[in-house]
Amino acid sequence: MKEIKCECGHVNPVGTVLCEACGRPIEGNQHLDGNNEKRLLNMRYDGTARRSQTYNKSIIDKIWSFFSSVKVGVWLIVLALVASMVGTIFPQEVYIPANAPSRDPAVYYEDQYGIFGLIFYQLGFHNLYTSWWYLVIIALIGISLVICSLDRFVPLFKALRHQKAQKHISFLSRQRLYSETDVASNEEIETVKNNLKKQRYNIKEENGHILAEKGRFSRWGPYVNHIGLIIILVAAILRVTPFFYMEEYVWVREGQKPIVIPGTDGQYYIENKDFILETHSKDDKRFEAAIAEEGMIPSNFQTDIVIYQTSDKTVPGADAELDPILEGSVRMNDPAKFDKYTVYQSGYQLNEFTSMTFRIHETADTEEAALDTFTVDLTAPEAEYNLDSGFRVVVDKYYPDYYLDSNGIPASETNFPRNPAYVFLIYPPNSDTAEVSFVGIGRNIDATGENIYKLGIEDFEMHDVSGLTVKYDRSLPLFGIGAAIFMIGVIQGMYWQHRRIWIHPSENGILMAGHTNKNWFGIKKDIEKVIKGTNIKMVEDQQELDEK
Amino acid sequence: MDILSVSSGALYSAFVLYLIATLFFGATVRDKRTDKKQHTVSAKIAITLTIIGFAAQIVYFITRWFASGHAPVSNMFEFMTFLGMCTVFAFIIIYFYYKLSFLGLFALPISMIIIAYASMFPTDVAPLVPSLQSHWLYIHVTTVALGQGILFISFVAGLMYLIKEIDQTVKSKKTMWLEIVIYILFIFIGFIGITSAFGMMNYNATFEYPSGGETIKSEYKLPAIAGPNEGTLITENVMEPWFETPNWLQGQDAGRKFNTVIWSLITGTILFVIVRLIIRKRVGAAIQPLFKNVKADLLDEIGYRSVTIGFPVFTLGGLIFAAIWAQIAWGRFWGWDPKEVWALVTWFFYAAYLHLRLSRGWHGEKSAWLAVIGFGIIMFNLIVVNLVLAGLHSYA
Ligand code: HEM
Repeated sequence: MKEIKCECGHVNPVGTVLCEACGRPIEGNQHLDGNNEKRLLNMRYDGTARRSQTYNKSIIDKIWSFFSSVKVGVWLIVLALVASMVGTIFPQEVYIPANAPSRDPAVYYEDQYGIFGLIFYQLGFHNLYTSWWYLVIIALIGISLVICSLDRFVPLFKALRHQKAQKHISFLSRQRLYSETDVASNEEIETVKNNLKKQRYNIKEENGHILAEKGRFSRWGPYVNHIGLIIILVAAILRVTPFFYMEEYVWVREGQKPIVIPGTDGQYYIENKDFILETHSKDDKRFEAAIAEEGMIPSNFQTDIVIYQTSDKTVPGADAELDPILEGSVRMNDPAKFDKYTVYQSGYQLNEFTSMTFRIHETADTEEAALDTFTVDLTAPEAEYNLDSGFRVVVDKYYPDYYLDSNGIPASETNFPRNPAYVFLIYPPNSDTAEVSFVGIGRNIDATGENIYKLGIEDFEMHDVSGLTVKYDRSLPLFGIGAAIFMIGVIQGMYWQHRRIWIHPSENGILMAGHTNKNWFGIKKDIEKVIKGTNIKMVEDQQELDEK
Repeated sequence: MDILSVSSGALYSAFVLYLIATLFFGATVRDKRTDKKQHTVSAKIAITLTIIGFAAQIVYFITRWFASGHAPVSNMFEFMTFLGMCTVFAFIIIYFYYKLSFLGLFALPISMIIIAYASMFPTDVAPLVPSLQSHWLYIHVTTVALGQGILFISFVAGLMYLIKEIDQTVKSKKTMWLEIVIYILFIFIGFIGITSAFGMMNYNATFEYPSGGETIKSEYKLPAIAGPNEGTLITENVMEPWFETPNWLQGQDAGRKFNTVIWSLITGTILFVIVRLIIRKRVGAAIQPLFKNVKADLLDEIGYRSVTIGFPVFTLGGLIFAAIWAQIAWGRFWGWDPKEVWALVTWFFYAAYLHLRLSRGWHGEKSAWLAVIGFGIIMFNLIVVNLVLAGLHSYA
């Protein structure tokens, strides 16, 4: 492999654009940074040799060049951006409303949104963000990030570390900020040097050539932020594994015996002592208008829970022995934690029936005097109730959440006792022929119209149900670290700039050039301050002149 | 006096101050050719008025906080107002760095449009629902608004760049697109104009319409061109709707919002046509001469700088703080809710902008177009996502 020797004697690696030592443009390599016939030098990466621009033979070279191109990177970003937008046109599958006529995505999208919904569904946009091709785009961005960063960081780091103060005239005169001062005294140069120091520039001198530099560390900002992004991508991949992430949803009823928490290998149980829903007071003067407009506004969702751990003493096969380990409340925005798990208040269902007590009376009796009563425990309904008075009641049908389906046939919408209804067979004392009675909330239907006995609801108890999410997510610290590193990197790269000013002694005066990676206004201000009180000429912005 | 009326009075004063300040910034334009001293005087007055206006807005913010017991960033009115305030803040900072008074001539009206737009939403102080009862609400929302306010300055600079640089002597695609952007600004002004006009008349027409098995009421503050889907008008002696809102428009009060859009389009178009008839050339061409003395390079630089400053702030507020809050409230830091996705889209977009800036070809005009598109994306998230794509955040 041929190395390139510059006129100044320095030997540069293949692919160098600007001599590492004196900055002279290397003949034949200018096309690499698009420097052809341009007046100004392209200073990106200080004209160092980058692998991607230099080698293009083997397949690996080609892949490397492909992924290190910012153009490719931007295309990937744009692709992810457009795909993300399309995914929001209709709701994602998880956001299909609970009360939709059909929650089956195959039906829902076409039903709701017609032909576009059907297309949306068939192209898989209803689960876009976990679809393989979306993840492939994200993964490609990750690969691109790693390769482009390595491609640039290494040579740039070396070049800036070894840079010389003495640069060739052709390097200075082709910088964007440049001036020639024909006469400059030593005192004036001294003043400039002092002013530069006052502005916190680091000064490097070689044979009267000066390089003043500040904010070099900001050049590493992009690489730092890319590392942060890579950590976030890694965290997202790890999160797919059960070691890092577990999530379960559990409905817990008030007053129910502790139930095992799914996802904890039977180790933990949970009990719902009380579910509390509070609303903002109507009487609060401040909010009167808003509440009048919108109706009651909830102020608190809370579940008072007890978490139990199964005791070591538990005999296999027998009921678990439980030790309470946590008693507390879970509120929206205020989850509870135990062991590695976090419990979130996620949903609720008010007023499920716990038990119902029925009274048997004679249909003809207007007083409805009870002949006997019985109680159906809805957490454990029995098939048959034998009463002391000799009545026998058989539960023929039970609809926990009664409604009439589209064919007018009784059915249960859910398995939860939200609106219980029954078909009872009532056997009077010493009788083998039953009367059929349909009883529900606000309903009491006598199928034949000839029943001698009738059932009435004497009493009932209700409870609330709390929906809790139980989960652990061990990837969180990794996401946190990634995000923090990203922020450090962006701030480092954006809020500071790498500014350099070169001073090159000429016959009686000096040549001065300046370069910054961003914020040209800022470096011009710096230079104005630096030359104050001297006759040194202000640099001219050659790019501006170019445009005119 | 009632503290809430102090608050709204302060907001109103801020608005008026911004308006007067804009006029003074306008005066710096004409003076440029005549009298340099006068020019600096009016610039000084203008920026002073801006700062006083900003202070008034802070008074609004604090008093409203005091009155409601929570930081006023919890509904659409409060958020948009705060966003307008952040835009002014970003402008003040940029002004003191670059001393470019021209910028005020555009930055302040944009802020005013945002604030006026805000005041079209219900302004009642509302209590917080449980999911909003978190300090992260304030942290997240204020940071997002600040980031967006700063990013808006890049739009302002970009728009000015385009008006200045695009060749108006010939008709081209560019002049057409620029004119479309200006036309869209007219629609906003039309929206504010028509809503205020009917607001002053206290216009009201109530509809009932079925939604998910229930019957819901919708109060129209503008005459109904488009009624709610399957709705019936119950107010008497008002205009009957001409047609129904299509049912694919989702969310609460979709019909009313759709109707407002129609009205804004009509009013904005009429305004635009009137202006065009009076000036007899493209609006862009009419404004262009004002910018003779502004350096295009400087506008480009300010636009880019605002993105470099705004991008980290937006990332912090719109993605990181948002994720932390979502984790605490819902147990998931990211849920692909439309609003979240659009924050991600915004972020991707400005990341692409920054990467494109790395190559020289994307300076100047192209970059100015990107800044305009970026503004469009943010506004889309604030308006369309809230109104059309229902999700967790659509509190309006
Ligand atoms: C969502 C993904 C990405 C984000 C948020 C991101 C963010 C950034 C940021 C903020 C900068 C600093 C820009 C500036 O200082 O003006 C930067 C620079 C850069 N990024 Fe990315 N980046 C992403 C993906 C990529 C990809 C896929 C590539 C691959 C080609 C890439 C290549 C670069 C390069 C080459 C630089 C410039 C480094 C320099 O000139 O010093 N980035 N990136």
